[in-house]
Amino acid sequence: MEFNAVYVIVAREFKKFVREKSRLISAIARPLVWLFLVGAGMSRLVAPVEGVSYMQFIFPGILGMTILFSSMFSSISIIWDKEFGFMKEILVAPVSRTSIVVGKALSGMVISTIQAVIILALFPFLGLKLGILNITGAVMICAALSFSIAAFGIVLATFYENYESFSVIMNFIIMPMFFLSGAMYPVKLLPEILRFAAKFNPLTYGIDALKHVISAQTQGVMSPDFNILTDLAVIAVTSVVFVVAGGWALERKA
Amino acid sequence: MPIIRVENLVKKFGNITAVDDVSFDVEEGAIFGFLGPNGAGKTTTISILCALLSPTSGRAFINGHDCIRESAAVRKSIGIVFQDTTLDKDLTAEENLLFHAYLYNVEKSERQKRVDDALKFVDLFNRKNDLVKKFSGGMKRRLEVARGLIHRPKVLFLDEPTLGLDPQSRTNLWEFISELPKRHDVTIFMTTHYMEEAEVCDNIAIIDNGKIIAEGSPDKLKKIIGGDVIYLKTKDDIKAKDEIKQALGLDASIKGGELFISTIRGDACIPEIIRILGESVLSVRLQRPTLNDVFLKLTGKAIREEEASGMGAIKEDVRTYMRRH
Repeated sequence: MEFNAVYVIVAREFKKFVREKSRLISAIARPLVWLFLVGAGMSRLVAPVEGVSYMQFIFPGILGMTILFSSMFSSISIIWDKEFGFMKEILVAPVSRTSIVVGKALSGMVISTIQAVIILALFPFLGLKLGILNITGAVMICAALSFSIAAFGIVLATFYENYESFSVIMNFIIMPMFFLSGAMYPVKLLPEILRFAAKFNPLTYGIDALKHVISAQTQGVMSPDFNILTDLAVIAVTSVVFVVAGGWALERKA
Repeated sequence: MPIIRVENLVKKFGNITAVDDVSFDVEEGAIFGFLGPNGAGKTTTISILCALLSPTSGRAFINGHDCIRESAAVRKSIGIVFQDTTLDKDLTAEENLLFHAYLYNVEKSERQKRVDDALKFVDLFNRKNDLVKKFSGGMKRRLEVARGLIHRPKVLFLDEPTLGLDPQSRTNLWEFISELPKRHDVTIFMTTHYMEEAEVCDNIAIIDNGKIIAEGSPDKLKKIIGGDVIYLKTKDDIKAKDEIKQALGLDASIKGGELFISTIRGDACIPEIIRILGESVLSVRLQRPTLNDVFLKLTGKAIREEEASGMGAIKEDVRTYMRRH
């Protein structure tokens, strides 16, 4: 692994992210709309369970959404890099494919975690009480989940050549991943077949882990669906699998 | 061993043979030109030499390293300027070069100096903090050449370096390229489909349908096509014809009311002819051999040039569209 290469790939993405203010604003706007418009509307329909309001319940899911979109978009930028040629500059360099994937996944991680932290900072407005340990835990889970989702996005991006494929990924991968993740409703309430599908979604476990640290005392239907150790293990294993798969796919496709 | 050695290289994509048993050597410090129409197999050959593509059969070596088995060593030894720009338009000129320096693991103490030197070399130092999207085509190409040299490669590949440039930028770029081997101790491997651009090359290989059909110095290739042609109108063509034969030993023929003289260096010949014939010359026209002529001569068909530029225009349209959306 070439650390200078990993560093500079991350530095490039970060620089571009900081330069494009509009990207940050629109990235932050989406979860805010879901949290305060959809969440507020649904709160009228869903009564608080054991003192937990619907908006408090979806808060971990909204963090997961922020991460899902920003990590995926960050990785899908590989398709743009291919289209505009910059990918060739990276691929002809004496750099292992694993370094390229790790660099890209870390880029997604940095950018997503920044956005997730901004959303996380809203917790007092939702009547949530989080201690420093919970906050630290939440940030670390956000970072790990961001890396895993970004690595998944890289694997996807290696299979697509042009920007038309973007809407395919958006409609057939990102949206189903979001709705099948337990973000908006508990996985345990889903019909059998959807519950089964949700178990194959890495995002489910990330959001579940966030539920553990953000609303651990919650009882009943709104409580987390899995054991926290299961959640963390899934995030770790999927990260490794996606990095290896991404490196392999780049080697083969390039 | 020569700096580049290619032995019986074959690359098939399904039924299509893109590179068909190609062999050649390039000596260190030379400028080697790979000429042919689009689709002839030039870019495929470059991709194999750059370890981006595995050949179906055959072998290739760069700086003594096997392009298939030692891809990392090969990648370290080469710099590439691709046909389409591979700069990040949303980064500045300096940032693009620094990215390259990190990617190629240039030592920390050397990094900034090499980037600055490269920017000065291509006359872009005072624009180093400008985003690349503000640059003209010629500036981008120069910046890419500078970037390709940052890690001090042994061989620099230039794939159609003047594609899409205006005539003045082309001329400037050629002057610049012709100085590279001496100034940077590098061997140049370039492709083009313009014969006149290949003038700066020490050696040229002409490729068509994946096969090398002619190889040699520009002068040698010109001899294949018979070199330049001078068209001459005089007050008395028959008398002029005799005078040219006597003074210069050149055979002129009369064709369509014009004198027609085939020679190797037509530009140097014209002053001689005018000196000999004096006031009887009415008009002189020089026609240089083009790749088209070589093609007509060697393959009996015309080069598919308009097709190539048409594709380029479409690609450019797509890019512009994407930048706006």
